[in-house]
Amino acid sequence: MQFKTKDFSEAREVLKVRDLRIGLSGRPQAKPVIDGIDLTIRAGETHCLVGESGSGKSVTSLAAMGLLPKSALEVQSGSITLDDFEITSASHAQMRQLRARRIAMIFQEPMTALNPVLRVGEQIMEVLNMHSDLSQSEAKKRTLDMMDQVHLPDVNRIFSAFPHQLSGGQRQRIMIAMALILDPDLLIADEPTTALDVTTQLQILKLIAEMQERHGTAVLFITHDMGVVAEIADTVTVMQQGKIVERAPIEKLLTKPEKEYTRTLLTAVPNLTPRPARAAASQSEVVRVAGLDMTYGGGGFLRRSEGVKAAQDVSFTIKPGRTLGIVGESGSGKSTVARAIMRLIDPTAGSVNVAGTEIAKLSRRQLRDHRKHLQIVFQDPYRSLNPRWTVARSLCEGPINFGTPREEAMRHAAELMELVDLPRDALDRYPHQFSGGQRQRIAIARAVAMKPDLLVADEAVSALDVSVQAQVLDLLDDIQEKFGVAMLFITHDLRVAAQICDEVLVMQRGQVVEYGPAGDVLANPHHDYTRNLIEAAPGRHWDFANYRALGSATMTTGATA
Amino acid sequence: MIEQHQSRHSAFQVLTGLLSLPAGARVGIGPLLAALILLAIVLASILAPLYVPYDPLAMNSAARLKPPSEEYLLGTDPYGRDTFSRVMTGGRVSLLIGVGAALVSVAIGLAIGLVAGFFRVADGIIMRIMDSLMAIPAILLAIALVALNGPSLGSVIIAITVPEVPRVVRLVRSVVLSAREEPYVEAAIALGSSMPKILIQHLMPNTMAPLIVQGTYICASAILIEAILSFLGAGVSTEIPTWGNIMAEGRTYFQIKPGLIFWPGLLLSLCILSINLLGDTARDLLDPRMKKREG
Repeated sequence: MQFKTKDFSEAREVLKVRDLRIGLSGRPQAKPVIDGIDLTIRAGETHCLVGESGSGKSVTSLAAMGLLPKSALEVQSGSITLDDFEITSASHAQMRQLRARRIAMIFQEPMTALNPVLRVGEQIMEVLNMHSDLSQSEAKKRTLDMMDQVHLPDVNRIFSAFPHQLSGGQRQRIMIAMALILDPDLLIADEPTTALDVTTQLQILKLIAEMQERHGTAVLFITHDMGVVAEIADTVTVMQQGKIVERAPIEKLLTKPEKEYTRTLLTAVPNLTPRPARAAASQSEVVRVAGLDMTYGGGGFLRRSEGVKAAQDVSFTIKPGRTLGIVGESGSGKSTVARAIMRLIDPTAGSVNVAGTEIAKLSRRQLRDHRKHLQIVFQDPYRSLNPRWTVARSLCEGPINFGTPREEAMRHAAELMELVDLPRDALDRYPHQFSGGQRQRIAIARAVAMKPDLLVADEAVSALDVSVQAQVLDLLDDIQEKFGVAMLFITHDLRVAAQICDEVLVMQRGQVVEYGPAGDVLANPHHDYTRNLIEAAPGRHWDFANYRALGSATMTTGATA
Repeated sequence: MIEQHQSRHSAFQVLTGLLSLPAGARVGIGPLLAALILLAIVLASILAPLYVPYDPLAMNSAARLKPPSEEYLLGTDPYGRDTFSRVMTGGRVSLLIGVGAALVSVAIGLAIGLVAGFFRVADGIIMRIMDSLMAIPAILLAIALVALNGPSLGSVIIAITVPEVPRVVRLVRSVVLSAREEPYVEAAIALGSSMPKILIQHLMPNTMAPLIVQGTYICASAILIEAILSFLGAGVSTEIPTWGNIMAEGRTYFQIKPGLIFWPGLLLSLCILSINLLGDTARDLLDPRMKKREG
């Protein structure tokens, strides 16, 4: 793995944060959100700020932009200086001058950061019109030139496009063009690639690096993804609960982390090397899916419309105690397959056989008796539990539907809480009293309460912090071992897939491009798409948990090409 | 002692959980004042028979159009009936109509709205019926319904309810349409819960907060519509005094005796202002966006 090693000690210090303390507005006694942090970012340097949710990394960046929500947060002490200009005491007018010209920001979600009713070209030009006295035609020329620099195709067409007509990657390119058009000294990027697919992410990371090279911009890059950090960082600051845990050049941080918390973070990053497949609990297949087709829309009263083929001819089998991962980018149809198998949507064609029953064609009423054989865990733990119900009520809902007496269901619920490592007395609490990871455990307990034959996990760990993610993956593993349940694991994250799946099925635009044992597919992919996916995975040559490069022995030639 | 405290704590949690009220939500002085005024008017109206000095219907030709005095607190009307007794007693009917119309329209609207929101087949048919109901002016519809059924208390409530129901249905349906996409509803389907169970246990609680708010508005507008109907002579018969028909009868003598319209009008306005203010407060407290701002 090639890290960036350039020495910046000679370069100009662009952003200096000294002993910064940010707390709740009007409550100086309360625990500060940011507690005395120092940061220095030099010209041309990429400084990564990493930490889990709630660590204060976004608050730090907002403070640097002078964008703290005044009613909620305020700078209590310390200073933020941009080339000797003090930001914490700047007036609104001064900050307006500063933004875009000297300091710019790109956000996680380019769709919401762009105005949906203005053409993207005009939005870029607006920045020029506000901060420079270029004529209209000069401004347009400069805009088109900038759009060209961020490698947008057919710039004249895209100039007059609306945000919704562009892809996620193109929108983020527009954001970058807008941020860099006035050649700022500092670019703050707050999780700019988190909402993007992995192949798009790679392109955007490359683009940011290229633009930085060309303009000599200092970059403050906020992310939770250690893979991304390994790819782009010069120096890294690790934050936890508003404090700085460790600051080091990238290579030193990844090879010799000094602090315990840094080590915890790194160890939790799943390895890209697939784990050895486990033995099946029995040889008979508990799930058989054949020729599954799902077409949305279509039909039509007067004119037959084509419809969207979200999944075509998907076939696979799962044995008890084994995990099949469905991997693909957004829009590949992986969630459609999960929902069709759960019969939350009705598949257009094909057969789904679970525990000996063909369920694809059952009516809703007939289906209800078979629901207990298959259960699902959703991505968003904040929305998958009814916020008005106690945990106990959520856990008992399923068993009571199938005739278990209430007392027995309650007793079983208490056992389940222990199974998922939560205290028994938490049964009377409401979902909002738990963290995201705990809620996901409850959602898993609710699914397991039905003693299903098939557990579908639809991006079940994607919304969680990396250390929590590792714990939930372990829990799923334990449950699988204990109950011998077959698992269908939907994910976009190859690292997670490598750690939990025995077999992997890769989908692209509704079609299965590759299906086989995880070791074969991930280490020796045959299809171009799979190879692209693996190559785009950031930090793929680094074994974070062991602080070393992945040995060439474990990565075969196919993956390292 | 400690246990009691805990149980009270959890009861509070249940309440806040049910209404999704933010913890420690603060209410200003305005709503508090409105609540006090409303409480006073409601109590005074309910208890009116216990303290009013005269039978509100008893005529006395010797005491026509008397000015306010110790004997007749607010004076008398052209038939010699005591205005104070009539206004306080009239409040009972006005409030009953307000609350009755609010409850009935919310109950009917909730049932229809839940069905329309959850079952796509029923949705189209129900909503077109509601649209056509909404297309008829509310007052006109109410007058027509009262004309059909005769001017009784029940028919006035029905007349006020019918035009309100479509609004409640629209509200409930929109809440159900968004709530049914929540993963926890899908999880309930996967857990084998029946449709009525999902509808009542998972979806209905979501509609409670907006319904409470809508209910207060309906209550206020029902009192107002009743007054308008009575004023037009299409409301409750004149044997039962209401704020509306007291004002209707007083309008001929308005110039020599403005109190006949002023006093019932004042109570009516205070009542409607208070209810609307409380409704606004409830909306702000129950609105999840407001909750985020406070949290």
